[in-house]
Amino acid sequence: MSEHHTRAVSDIERRVEALEELLAEQGLVDAEVIDAAVELFSNDLGPMNGAKVVARAWVDEEYRQRLLDDATPAIGELGFGGPEGDHMVVVENTPQVHNVVVCTLCSCYPWPVLGLPPVWYKSPPYRARMVREPRRLLAEMGCAVPDDMEIRVWDSSAEMRYLVLPERPDGTDGASEEELAEMVTRDSMIGVARL
Amino acid sequence: MQGFGPVEVEPDEPVFHEDWERRIFGLMGSLMTKGLLNGPTFRHSIERMDPAHYLTSSYYEHWMTGVATLLVENGVVSAEELDRRAGGFPLSRPATVGPDDVPTAAPGEEPRFSVNDEVRVRASSFTGHTRCPDYVRGRRGTIVRVDDAFPIPELEAHRDEVVREFTYGVRFEASELWGDGGGDVEAVSVDLYESYLEAQA
Repeated sequence: MSEHHTRAVSDIERRVEALEELLAEQGLVDAEVIDAAVELFSNDLGPMNGAKVVARAWVDEEYRQRLLDDATPAIGELGFGGPEGDHMVVVENTPQVHNVVVCTLCSCYPWPVLGLPPVWYKSPPYRARMVREPRRLLAEMGCAVPDDMEIRVWDSSAEMRYLVLPERPDGTDGASEEELAEMVTRDSMIGVARL
Repeated sequence: MQGFGPVEVEPDEPVFHEDWERRIFGLMGSLMTKGLLNGPTFRHSIERMDPAHYLTSSYYEHWMTGVATLLVENGVVSAEELDRRAGGFPLSRPATVGPDDVPTAAPGEEPRFSVNDEVRVRASSFTGHTRCPDYVRGRRGTIVRVDDAFPIPELEAHRDEVVREFTYGVRFEASELWGDGGGDVEAVSVDLYESYLEAQA
């Protein structure tokens, strides 16, 4: 870690401490709520939830149809929902179409099924370039999409949150639902990777 | 904004990188629970950051700066006291528009548009909080999804008013957005509030 980085972080820490102190003095810091929020996002919410949704859609055709028709209740069937996941849309990859999700205005992301977004998803380069030159940016990120395959970029600029349903990999006919879920990556559900 | 370089991906990234990120995340949840912040107001407080500060600071520094700005503007804490205790505390800039500058809206009971309708995004000179990205202003697109009605962000951010209108998924071909520079067989779908849209002439 560079000296500059260390110094910058301590500036920020002083600001956070000042804010915390001033709020605590007015009784506006609720330690239990803070601990619960951190616990939830550190342990309970993450791409392992989205992976279960994807695996279920791969093995259960009726579930897949419900998921594509009205994603929020279908995801709710598996027990996932809540803030940033109350209004879900699932977009399905096919041999003709590759889907990828971005939030150009801030960093909207489906928390209940993917957890908190990675730093690159929130970065200005990703947010600016994914709508402007998706095929090139995807290739740079290691996700080559054939020239004749349509790319659909979904900018989550209002209240809907998106999850990509990747194509089931070839050669997985004998796999169980649990084994399939293990194969599903976070990046494949954002659309910056193909399985 | 254009001209950015590569997207830098950190393998096996942790949920939080620093302890203070964890704390500011929790603090936000706590303040939202107490009704001291709403989503559009919070987003707008980050949009008002000095652009140079915004682009050179991390996501959770954006959160901290936005939260502190709102708490100062609402009289919960004083800027001088924050400054004194932290040895300098840069805040966001004041809002450029007041409550009366927000465009009025009269949403209907039923969605005005249907799937496959051809629409155009209205031009606008409004400089306050909006969820209409600049890159689709004036562009022609097609409705691909009719969603529920949601509170209009401009009114919630600037007047603390909840007025719901329908939102839509609207598909724009890359060539419509970027001209000859747009890729082949590429499209961007953007989620837009009804008042941002007009029927194509």
